[in-house]
Amino acid sequence: MSAISCKSLCRTFQQGDVAITGLDHVSLEIDEGDFVCLSGPSGSGKTTLLNAMGALDKPDSGEIIVNADRIDQLGKAQLADIRLHKIGFVFQAYNLIPVLTAQENIEFVMQVQGIPAAKRHKESLAILQEVGLAGVENRKPSQLSGGQQQRVAVARAIVSKPTLVLADEPTANLDSHTASQLMDLFVALNQHHHITFVIATHDQRVMQYAHRLIKMQDGKIISDESVSNIN
Amino acid sequence: MKLPVKSLSILAWRNLWRNYRRTLIMLAAVSVGTWAMIFMTALMRGMVDDMIKDGVANLPGHVQLHHARYRDDPSIDNSLNAPSATLLSALRQPEVVAWSTRVRVPAVISSERDSRGVMLIGLDPNNEKSITDLANNIVTGRYLTDSDDNGIVIGVSLAKRLDTRLGKRVVVMSQDPENEIADRGFRIVGIYKAKLEAMEETTIYAARNTVQSMLKMGNQISEIVVQGHDYRDITALTNLIKNTASHDIEVLPWQELDSYLGTMLKVMDGFVLVWIIVVFLALSFGLANTLIMAVFERIREIGLMQALGMRPSSILYQFLLEAFFLLAIGLAIGNIVAVLSIKPLADGIDLSIVAEGMAMMGAGSTLYPALYLKDIILTNVVVVLLGLLTSLLPAWRASRYNPVEALSKT
Repeated sequence: MSAISCKSLCRTFQQGDVAITGLDHVSLEIDEGDFVCLSGPSGSGKTTLLNAMGALDKPDSGEIIVNADRIDQLGKAQLADIRLHKIGFVFQAYNLIPVLTAQENIEFVMQVQGIPAAKRHKESLAILQEVGLAGVENRKPSQLSGGQQQRVAVARAIVSKPTLVLADEPTANLDSHTASQLMDLFVALNQHHHITFVIATHDQRVMQYAHRLIKMQDGKIISDESVSNIN
Repeated sequence: MKLPVKSLSILAWRNLWRNYRRTLIMLAAVSVGTWAMIFMTALMRGMVDDMIKDGVANLPGHVQLHHARYRDDPSIDNSLNAPSATLLSALRQPEVVAWSTRVRVPAVISSERDSRGVMLIGLDPNNEKSITDLANNIVTGRYLTDSDDNGIVIGVSLAKRLDTRLGKRVVVMSQDPENEIADRGFRIVGIYKAKLEAMEETTIYAARNTVQSMLKMGNQISEIVVQGHDYRDITALTNLIKNTASHDIEVLPWQELDSYLGTMLKVMDGFVLVWIIVVFLALSFGLANTLIMAVFERIREIGLMQALGMRPSSILYQFLLEAFFLLAIGLAIGNIVAVLSIKPLADGIDLSIVAEGMAMMGAGSTLYPALYLKDIILTNVVVVLLGLLTSLLPAWRASRYNPVEALSKT
């Protein structure tokens, strides 16, 4: 079954008088439990595609279906609900809420979901342990290293048990050792929780973890191959 | 899903203190503004209260009863009989603090040197002590002793105009029920000082029985004056008297008897509201700026919260809560400081340096600040409502950000 299905997505951005093509009739299907990397040079459309799949941005035309829900025609509040229940995000710049502790950052999504405090507390502690951050639950983001912050962001992304996690250059701000630890964590979560991962990256080391590698250029998919075929 | 109020409150509270210097400056502004609203209102209320109390104590009392035609034609023809048994029963109710009967007719007073048109008031000196300040305003001589006293009390200014003094005789002339001239010689037993010079020049006082005898009007009177507990709340008193007075008697509260004083109270209520809004408008620029800066600094976070599934309405509420906390703390401090700064002034502020100016307005030279709960409530309600209204625009803007654009802000 498809975790996500995109049909002929188009997205154009206007910069002054110049129209820039973000996506040019992009179509793809990603199966549940897949581990996909989007690669390509800057401006190739990776992030635009990720944003469209993540219900953060609407395409000008085309169709997006996430877990059987068509999302390209939904309103803001409905898109927010889709993001809340079905999609987890991991960003390059960690993007934790600075006034909340590590545990509160993780609980934030569950709070929005309306999960009771006791359950939130229990699950957030468990997920912190799973991502290797037991003992830092009461630290604010400013008291955590970059790698720790990104792990908290990953914990936040998966704690609501989404079917899809979208990561945009998740290792860009990390050293190689921490980056490989993070990718190991992604792989473990993909295998243990059967979560679908779509990662936009420039990093060759990250691509090595992918089951499927999609290359983009000028808003188009120029290659889409499984890693076994590449190797 | 919407974030629960508790979670939004935690976020709003912590965000409020992220830039604590800015928050403290804004808190100081809200506190000082609130203090100014309450403190200045208490001073203005105190001054107006003083003017009204003086005005009411001058003659009107809280409620008056007249013959239905008396106000159009205040002649002896439009007099009342002595209070009926029903009316007397009402005048003994707990709503009534004091009451008195008066004769009030236009008259001419003459000394050896000059004559003046005046209002002659015949009163019961003992009953009037609980109603008017006349006994306390005597500066030379004495107050009238009883209803049969043969003396007369005139004002300082009138004494000067008539070129007369304490102990001298004057002649008072008016009209009796037969339209004949009724006159009588009185010895000046007291001279009073009023806050308004016009009052001193135009009003003279004698004992009621003496005036009734002079005017050959038997037991008839011109008016009954009734004093309640609080001049601000006389509806029950007025209704009590109205329900027992006969139909040919007009019952009027002080606001209608002295429309200047009645209007002053209403104008003051309006002025307090305008004053609070003007001070708030000055504050609102700072408040709006604080929130705009807070939104501007947190655009990326707003995008993140949207990406995580927080609805735009929750983001709007979060910023409104932040503004509410700021206003609530500022109001609490402002209220406490205002009460603490007004309490020590309960014995009055000495304004004798501008006593003449105050007297011209009908106010005394000591200003007693009057702190009313309704003014404190009005201040708090106006600040919270207008504060949230001011915060609505930056909060709304925050909730309308496109998450992709917001997340790309550095």
